Amino acid sequence: MDKNKEKEVIAKRAAKELKDGDVVNLGIGLPTLVANYVPEGIEITLQSENGFLGMGPAPKPGEEDPYIVNAGGIYTTVNPGGVFFDSATSFLIIRGGHVDVTVLGALEVDEKGNLANWMVPGKMVPGMGGAMDLVTGAKKVIIAMNHTAKGNHKILKECTLPLTAVNVVDLIITEMGVLEVTDKGLVLKEINPEYTVEEVQNATGAQLIIPEDLKIWEEI
Amino acid sequence: MNKLISIADAVNMIRDGMTIMVGGFLGVKNPFRIIDAMVEKGVKDITLIANDSSFPEVGIGKLIVNKQVKKLIASHIGTNKETGNQMNSGELEVELVPQGTLAERIRAAGAGLGGILTPTGLGTIVAEGKTIIESDGRQYLLEKPLRADVALIVGAKVDKKGNIRYAKATRNFNPLMATAADLVIVEADEIVEVGELDPDDIITPGIFVDYIVGGKE
Repeated sequence: MDKNKEKEVIAKRAAKELKDGDVVNLGIGLPTLVANYVPEGIEITLQSENGFLGMGPAPKPGEEDPYIVNAGGIYTTVNPGGVFFDSATSFLIIRGGHVDVTVLGALEVDEKGNLANWMVPGKMVPGMGGAMDLVTGAKKVIIAMNHTAKGNHKILKECTLPLTAVNVVDLIITEMGVLEVTDKGLVLKEINPEYTVEEVQNATGAQLIIPEDLKIWEEI
Repeated sequence: MNKLISIADAVNMIRDGMTIMVGGFLGVKNPFRIIDAMVEKGVKDITLIANDSSFPEVGIGKLIVNKQVKKLIASHIGTNKETGNQMNSGELEVELVPQGTLAERIRAAGAGLGGILTPTGLGTIVAEGKTIIESDGRQYLLEKPLRADVALIVGAKVDKKGNIRYAKATRNFNPLMATAADLVIVEADEIVEVGELDPDDIITPGIFVDYIVGGKE
């Protein structure tokens, strides 16, 4: 699969986790693509950390509103029924458990559901922004990312980078399949038929639990 | 009481070494006219409290590039490379605060609270050196209030009493910062007469605002 196809596969599969009526916060990068694949008949409300609910699609060229940007500073729109508020209210929504699902990227995630996605000491220290609050407060935390980074493991037994939060990740969705974080460890719930179980295990830095009812993706 | 002053008057109240809060989110927006005047005047050794350090050419990003800030308290610095450069060279002290914690620390200061208890940051380097308090079986970090000498905020429509109506996503930290500084200056897109704003639409009551600058040019 080329990189764009991988991103599409990951975003499409993540979108299937969304339920009608969910309040959803999507991280910057790949997770923003999830909004393009929300299944028909499912209506979600997108939250933006900088202070609104009801985020819409990107504006048409020439129709950008300088007062409406997403949490990454990119021009966006607000759907009918959308609402603006201040940062305390925005994070009350986030921290208080009023966001049903957040989909984020990761630098590392481990079998205990620990997440590292905000800094690489000495190299990249952009700040955590709203990520720590999001993964602490959202009811369901989905990591949507490539399974490895330039061949290096990102899914580990134990994170090595500074953590964003402890024991918060529920589901990991990659181009290879879907992994669930459980008390017993990482369960490979679904697999992309372009890969073997062995290949997925080799690309993972933690022992995978392979259930008998491992689901094979039909369409990708 | 007349709250309308010039940009020059406003900047004269901002002195070297002050702690200054500035509203905005990735440059959407900052009180651009006051900030530009601060850059021109060269106010220095500022402790700056803001969500982020914007972009190098936009708003408070310029204060960083111009090396007028000695300490920055913010949630995100990734869009302004100069912030990271100065942090790595030791010229600029940076305290990174989770965005929701930053908002609540400012709100706590304005609300007269001694701090807030949040689960955000537990088990991470954010928790280092902080008190952990257990309440009803759950652990929380004690985060202290954050006040400033001056808050520089923006408003879309501001009446002459200082009542503020915000526009769209420009509200962000402004209503919180308006409550948490000794001196609060609002830069208005438009200044209107008292009574022109519907009381239902006012988000920040004018009692929090000391001075108003700006308006249509």
